[in-house]
Amino acid sequence: MLTELEKKIVRELQQGLPLVERPYQAIAQRIGLSEKELMIKINEMISNGMIRRFGAALRHQDLGFTANAMVVWDVPEERAATVGRLLAGLPEVTHCYQRPRQPGWPYTIFTVIHGQTRVQCEQLAKKMAEKTGVTNYKLLFSTAELKKSSMKYFID
Amino acid sequence: MSVDQTDKKLLQIIQSDFPVVQRPYEMIGRQLGISGQEVMDRISRLQQAGIIRRLGGLFDSRKIGYTGTLCALRVPEEEIDRVAQIINSYPGITHNYLRNHHYNMWFTLLAESEQHINSILNEIKEKTGLADILNLPAINIFKVRVNFNLSEVKHAD
Repeated sequence: MLTELEKKIVRELQQGLPLVERPYQAIAQRIGLSEKELMIKINEMISNGMIRRFGAALRHQDLGFTANAMVVWDVPEERAATVGRLLAGLPEVTHCYQRPRQPGWPYTIFTVIHGQTRVQCEQLAKKMAEKTGVTNYKLLFSTAELKKSSMKYFID
Repeated sequence: MSVDQTDKKLLQIIQSDFPVVQRPYEMIGRQLGISGQEVMDRISRLQQAGIIRRLGGLFDSRKIGYTGTLCALRVPEEEIDRVAQIINSYPGITHNYLRNHHYNMWFTLLAESEQHINSILNEIKEKTGLADILNLPAINIFKVRVNFNLSEVKHAD
């Protein structure tokens, strides 16, 4: 479990870093720490993995990556780890997860790939299929974004 | 808005490993040959244009005690707006997309416990009247990466 102090830091850092000369000093003042203590704490949370990435979250669709596809793969459970790691190794794959098989849903490996066109994504998926030998797969393109927001933790 | 070469380099730098030093903007500015003030001005402009969604910490939800899942629903075409309104009203649902599949609405859900996740899903079933929800929590995570190599981007404007 997180300490109250860590929760406070999470609440602050998810608001965004202030655009002032010494942003850590500004945050530290609000939560009753010294600038140095806060910087040490942030570094600690980066190295223990609580902070997965420290920096700017971009809206990549505005920057030329116009097609993203979720590609789902029907991989037998005993091969899932091997195939998962293989696909995760490709630079075009930004996310790779194993999820449970369910009635009416045979797909166990989920990858997200980004390309500049749909055709590029389709070609890439074909290459991934050849590499893994998995023949039953589907590309799910997003046709509309209904919501995209940053999670706000520890607000209630 | 137009994004120039300096903006692209700036974005590349601040996407990950934003410096944790007393004067981070000044430090980034030195790498780009501009002042700390100009770095702040550029970031502010890129935020206003919506290119930077957020500058700060991206947390590993599991490591800070949250549990998450990916869900999919079959929603009849004429019901999409009504159902989306219900789904999107939950703060723990951060992403919701329509996709080209008979399971056409896909959303992610984060909450502080599995129990809380199940109660939200039950609520959604009741409110929408749609019982067929796929609940697909991750069993294994092989990769989560959201950085892009911006130098490959051709049409940035």
